[in-house]
Amino acid sequence: MKEYAVIGKATTNVDGFAKVTGQAQYTFDMVLPQMLYGKILRSPYPHAKILNIDISKAEKLVGVKAVITAKDTGEHKQGCWRRFPELCDEPVLCLEKVRYIGDPVAAVAAIDEDIAEEALDLIEVEYEPLPAVFDPLEAIKEGAPQIHDGVKNNINVTRNIEWGNVEEGFKNSDHIREDQFVLAPQSHAPLETHGALASFDGNGRLTVWTSTQTPYYVQCLLAETLEMGENDVRVIKPHVGGGFGGKNELFADQFCASFLSKKTGRPVKIVYSREEEFIAARRRIPMYYYLKIGAKRDGTLLAKEVRVISDGGAYTSMNATGLYLTGWFSAFPYKYPNYKYDGYKVYTNKNPASSMRGFGAPQAVFAGESQIDMLAEDLGIDPLQIRKRNAMTPHYVVPGQATIESCGLPQALDKMGEYLKKRGKLLKGRGIGLACYGFNSGGVFNWFHTPYAFSSALVKINIDGKVDLYTLAADVGQGSNTTLAMICAEELGVHLEDIRLHTGDTALCSTDLGAWASRETLMMGNAVKMAAADAKRQLFEIAAMKMSPNIVYDFEAKDRRIYIRERPDRGLSYYDVVKDAIRAKDGQLIIGRGYYTPHGKGMISPAFSFGVQAVEVEVDRETGRVKIIKVTTAHDSGQVINPLGVRGQLEGAIMMAAGYGLCEDMPTDEGKILNPNLVDYQLIRYRDMPETETIEIDTYEPEGPFGAKEAGEGLTCPTAGALANAIYHAVGVRINDNPITPEKVLKALKEKEGKFTRRLTRKA
Amino acid sequence: MKKELNLTINGEAYELFIEPKRLLVDVLRNELGLTGTKKGCNCGACAACTVLLDGKAVKSCSILAMQASARNITTIEGLADGPNLHPLQQSFIDHWAFQCGFCTPGQIMAAKALLDENLKPTAEEVKLAMDGHLCRCTGYNMIVEAILGAAQKLQQEAK
Repeated sequence: MKEYAVIGKATTNVDGFAKVTGQAQYTFDMVLPQMLYGKILRSPYPHAKILNIDISKAEKLVGVKAVITAKDTGEHKQGCWRRFPELCDEPVLCLEKVRYIGDPVAAVAAIDEDIAEEALDLIEVEYEPLPAVFDPLEAIKEGAPQIHDGVKNNINVTRNIEWGNVEEGFKNSDHIREDQFVLAPQSHAPLETHGALASFDGNGRLTVWTSTQTPYYVQCLLAETLEMGENDVRVIKPHVGGGFGGKNELFADQFCASFLSKKTGRPVKIVYSREEEFIAARRRIPMYYYLKIGAKRDGTLLAKEVRVISDGGAYTSMNATGLYLTGWFSAFPYKYPNYKYDGYKVYTNKNPASSMRGFGAPQAVFAGESQIDMLAEDLGIDPLQIRKRNAMTPHYVVPGQATIESCGLPQALDKMGEYLKKRGKLLKGRGIGLACYGFNSGGVFNWFHTPYAFSSALVKINIDGKVDLYTLAADVGQGSNTTLAMICAEELGVHLEDIRLHTGDTALCSTDLGAWASRETLMMGNAVKMAAADAKRQLFEIAAMKMSPNIVYDFEAKDRRIYIRERPDRGLSYYDVVKDAIRAKDGQLIIGRGYYTPHGKGMISPAFSFGVQAVEVEVDRETGRVKIIKVTTAHDSGQVINPLGVRGQLEGAIMMAAGYGLCEDMPTDEGKILNPNLVDYQLIRYRDMPETETIEIDTYEPEGPFGAKEAGEGLTCPTAGALANAIYHAVGVRINDNPITPEKVLKALKEKEGKFTRRLTRKA
Repeated sequence: MKKELNLTINGEAYELFIEPKRLLVDVLRNELGLTGTKKGCNCGACAACTVLLDGKAVKSCSILAMQASARNITTIEGLADGPNLHPLQQSFIDHWAFQCGFCTPGQIMAAKALLDENLKPTAEEVKLAMDGHLCRCTGYNMIVEAILGAAQKLQQEAK
């Protein structure tokens, strides 16, 4: 393995000082002179016609500067699907009807928040309630309420994936299992809620500071919505208080603040309340999962058939991608010779279900890895062995979908075997469960129809050798700023503190699609590396002129020095070369440009992470309470850029995925979310967190910068499924719907013991 | 009607006229520009708004500003000595104990109150003291390590 100067070393966060001193500014913190406060009026009905909206009283309230409704925002329907306009189905403000409790109907701007709040109460909306439907299995029935005109059975997206011949595969199988699972919604629950501050200037140009993972999407979608030129809209992403997939799209705070600013000529800020964040932001896609799997007696998988009905909520949002990905990840990370997937996205009168960390994979892994364990038990095979027998390997081709290049899964399974052996016999009441997973390092899909490279970066070297790095990559806490600065420093041969980052501003940075699909390390990492290499090449030209080396020699840059690789003693100071290079270029700065767009990388992603996780639990038979004792993960993310950052991702992913497995849920009654606050919505807390251990897997991904792959979302995928398997291992009950609450465990235990008692009685 | 309020924040005296219904967090953020103190839930559930009131950790969204009258308030802005970070702040950086950073000021202030009271907490004691603080990014373990790391540093300094 190559020894690097910067990457691979535990490196603290480049935004650290700002974040521990309170200096880091979030949209939530921002204030501009003359700024107004905006609030959004939302539908109290899950499904209703809007007969009339009377804003006259609200407009007359002292301190109110503007009220907007669909009359102001127009008939435009928005969404990320610029290549598939029929999927852009979300009104800006609701025009004729509302489709979920929380659908935005009107917005006000006032001189303070109290007045804005009061004005909302003065807006009179006349609704005619319509029959509503909340369960996708009901919504697809004939005669169910129709949520969007012309969408038969409320199914507006279907996704199919198929290779081989599943019928043939099942015919040749010695054993077949069919199972059903129900996957719950989950709230992203970022600590900073959605928010935007919009300001029109006198030239009709709009600047929006906003809490987003995708500044470029917001720029384009706002321009469309406001009928403006794309580059008359400037979006700036300050520090963002968490996203997790929930801030990928255009939201009401962004377009309402913009319309209100346009109308008033003053800056307008809108921040979602915590309740709005729960009821009107997005959620993880709930799914009904049907799985059929066939295997030979020795555990070799021959066929898998999957059907998913997803509870999409009122609008498409990014769900159509999630529907594809869950089908893709249901065939992961094993070699299925025959596979068939059919997914259906169903409209319901609930808030839209969309992307959330793992995007379709946690659902697929919970169902799939539970079923693999059941299959192993049927066949009398060890859970680790069945996974080993079928694991993907390097260079494996998934027909018509993707080619796996690097794949550390076999290595991870071997090391996990050693770990399990070492762990030995468990204490009474404890169990251990496994789950395998893998994830994308960015998506190759371009439904946004961008004409730009997926990621672009610019490096500028100044006379003092300091480097300005411009990228639109969105650090929302995951640490991409640090990762990218490290990649830049490594490639240029300078120190991390020589790099100054300029990120998240659409006017200064060329395009990046944003922080989703764990794409920044591979895609923006490649763009940054290329930009740094471009700048370095210009320095090497000057170094060559000064040193006149044998032309077969190569230059190398390291530790602020440029030298001949074959003769390391012969070199120049980086600073001197920079000064000479700028003079030699008639005073021009050294500019390096880089970009990345995937080509010939199949349907999904240029590279995939892999891993296996073991979760050890203790189950209290009296209360049904599950305590997670230890989580051990063998994760292959290629060459690790920043070990500290990867561990941060691992720990955080466990917290989020354990919540998905054990306690996070969004129950509704007639479409109303019953726990829209951080008291009743249960997050994993300090004392719930288990001990964690990481097993290092050494791989190199040829498509990644320095061999790197993703480390953000993949880690969110295994925990809930491994938990289900661990609970079964501990107490012998199988729960097929998450979250696995104490109530469910107790009920299952009671049923199991009941059956056992009955059997005994009968025998007697 | 607005009322007079005298606050001492980070060692400086402030004279304010505010509506008595105002919460401490809103006065800190909106009247005084001390936006380091965050607000995540507005109902005392996340503790992102934690500040020190006479050395004790309190959720500033759960008390009125008037209740802080004539008492000493410390916010995250008052912890570092210019560019010199408090050992807790440095330890949070060293241990990657934050990601998005939104809950971090509250976490650090609560940890400060804990270590002021108990300079040698066990990991369990740290978890117990910090349990009300929500963080959606870190999974908490690295925060516990940061607090224990800072405790060690402070113990050495105390010797």
